[in-house]
Amino acid sequence: MLSRTADHLYWMARYTERAENLARMLDVNYRMALLPQASQVVEQSWTATLDIIGVLDLFRQRYKELTPANMLAFMAFDRQNPSSIYGCLRAARENAHAVRGTLTSEMWETTNSTWLEMRVISVRAHSDAEIGNFFEWVKYRSHLARGVTQGTMLRDEAFHFTWLGTYLERADNTARILDVKYHSLLPHGGEGDDTAADYYQWSALLHSVAAFEIYRKVYRDLITPRRVAELLVLRDDLPRSLHRCMSQVYQHLCAVRNEQSLETERRAGELHAALNFGRIDDIFGAGLHQYLLQFVERTKDLGERVSRDFLVSSTGE
Amino acid sequence: MSSLGNVKTNAYNEMHGHEGQVREHYQAFDEWLDSMPPERVAQKRAEADMLFHRVGITFAVYGEEAGTERLIPFDIVPRIIPAQEWKKLAAGLKQRVRALNAFIADIYHGQDILRAGRIPAEQVLCNVQYRPEMQGIDVPNSIYAHIAGIDVVRAGAGEFYVLEDNLRVPSGVSYMLEDRKMMMRLFPELFARYSVAPVEHYPDLLLENLRGVAPSGVNDPTVVLLTPGAYNSAYFEHAFLAQQMGIELVEGQDLFVDDEFVYMRTTRGPRRVDVMYRRIDDDFVDPLAFRPDSMLGVPGLLSAYRAGHVTIANAIGTGVADDKSIYPYVPDMVRFYLGEEPLLSNVPTYVLRRKEDLDYTLAHLSELVVKEVHGAGGYGMLIGPAATQEELSAFRDRILASPEKYIAQPTLALSACPTFVDAGIAPRHIDLRPFVLSGRDVTLVPGGLTRVALREGSLVVNSSQGGGTKDTWVLER
Repeated sequence: MLSRTADHLYWMARYTERAENLARMLDVNYRMALLPQASQVVEQSWTATLDIIGVLDLFRQRYKELTPANMLAFMAFDRQNPSSIYGCLRAARENAHAVRGTLTSEMWETTNSTWLEMRVISVRAHSDAEIGNFFEWVKYRSHLARGVTQGTMLRDEAFHFTWLGTYLERADNTARILDVKYHSLLPHGGEGDDTAADYYQWSALLHSVAAFEIYRKVYRDLITPRRVAELLVLRDDLPRSLHRCMSQVYQHLCAVRNEQSLETERRAGELHAALNFGRIDDIFGAGLHQYLLQFVERTKDLGERVSRDFLVSSTGE
Repeated sequence: MSSLGNVKTNAYNEMHGHEGQVREHYQAFDEWLDSMPPERVAQKRAEADMLFHRVGITFAVYGEEAGTERLIPFDIVPRIIPAQEWKKLAAGLKQRVRALNAFIADIYHGQDILRAGRIPAEQVLCNVQYRPEMQGIDVPNSIYAHIAGIDVVRAGAGEFYVLEDNLRVPSGVSYMLEDRKMMMRLFPELFARYSVAPVEHYPDLLLENLRGVAPSGVNDPTVVLLTPGAYNSAYFEHAFLAQQMGIELVEGQDLFVDDEFVYMRTTRGPRRVDVMYRRIDDDFVDPLAFRPDSMLGVPGLLSAYRAGHVTIANAIGTGVADDKSIYPYVPDMVRFYLGEEPLLSNVPTYVLRRKEDLDYTLAHLSELVVKEVHGAGGYGMLIGPAATQEELSAFRDRILASPEKYIAQPTLALSACPTFVDAGIAPRHIDLRPFVLSGRDVTLVPGGLTRVALREGSLVVNSSQGGGTKDTWVLER
């Protein structure tokens, strides 16, 4: 297939996934902010969120105060913020539009309607009650986009590049979500400080990656930080875990293999193997934060290599 | 089609006869419409709008945020053409396109028609649309205009006239197909009452034609559609056709020329391209040969083309045959190349480089439409009946300064078709663009794009100026 087409599909999928994860993260933060706690804690959590997305500076340029309302305006609906949900859905739609002939009609119509609805939603005023509905809507539209991809698309290269984008993005996002929460919850690197507030924080984190019920099902026990990390990093059956994402990345990468992609494939395989055979105690021994930082770096490297191997037009000369 | 301004006329009505009686081929539709509660019709019209938006059958509005795209209004009253009328029209269209292709082949080879004195040589050779680069190049099957959109109108008592031949990159066929799909989705019951000839196989026919003109020796040609990109106003159609034909939709940046062959950049390395259905004007296809500032084309394309390693559809240089200064000679081309009498009429045209035509035009300026020979989209024209005294006299001066730049035609009373408007249903003027395909054979699907001028009395059907579209039904019996 055309390199440019693959590029658009890959980014369409990444932006769709990114919008969903943003909605998940904001939703949890927003709900947490409603719990009785020091405003300092709330602010710290918002700051950390902006920081992992890499838009803290942009936020400070555009807004004076770090209030939940400003935060939402900035991260959900701000047209000037390319990392907002609005910005992601716009980018997803633009990429889809550029290759609408490659998408199935149903995929295109789904992505296009999402964008058309987003434009209507973004100009309405939002009450606290409605904002939850909005996050639900974003997640729902993302489910729909994946479902229609799964349900209508030919299993060809276009399909693999689409999923490659989805899983690389998800791997990155899950790692960041875990890192920021872990960091803010364990400022001293200790464990076992099981206050009620902490319980809510950890369960909120699980909710944000749709893993709360799964945690209960898998561990049938108290929520502990170590288990949460184990679930999100090492379990291969949790759809949003790092392990699961990397196994999918590796699979789709193998399916589109070309002459220059072998090293990229090897690196993805290596990362996958480390997750497959890794032990949570070793990860904690070396420091979870360090581990996650390194993981995010490695997915970034994979993303750049994918671009170089497949997506950037080469003359082949 | 060109705009003709506002003119009061007693136009031919497609649905009703002189006494107001419903024509035979509209009777079943009329009964059906009578049986429809108005609120259901309104609901269906709203549904059509919603569906067109969701599918994104839109044209881009330049200079606004991405995703700002406008719908071309769709009218639910079909334009119905009886089988007998279509048969004659189709025969005339095929004949005309055959002659036009023969003309272009001749112009770029022996130029018999010029030597026979049937068309003044300077009219052709000094035309800006004439491409000397094409001289002597042989193209597969001697076909130049693979896709021709011939604009046809009905006037007077209902006779058809060709208003314009579009032989460069004619557009609109996606609306023909989507309008049909929409009508079948909204009103399936109507199709039980009429046997409407299908048009859905157009993409198959087009692909077959394109494959049929591959360079010799290529058995399984790779066909691509070259688009200027997602911000082009006709992008929807490009993407739609590429998808329907199952071919790659490429931009200039996806292609490169190496050793006189054209390749596209794929995820598995370069892949050869044999046939290119291009939707980019001549001027932009190859910055090395034509406009050097073009970012849309492929450097070196012309060299690959001249070497016979790629087929470009439509060929480069077809514009010389659909120019307004050449239009008056098309009936003569039919006689010259085919030895037949033309089945379709031209609109009578006064060529102002001729003394007697000039004199007539100046004497009847307030009755005529005067067009600039190289103008397009309704620019640089005078609509006599709608013009003020000052406008007439200013235009008279312009004509006298360089009469060879102008042609004149009588103001046609375009036929009208009942159409939904704010006040209910009222007659509005329409035209028709059937698409004629030439490859191994000359074919066309029964139908075309019917455009309708939605403003009362207006003859302007262009989508950029408030025109809409209708589904076109050719009846099978």
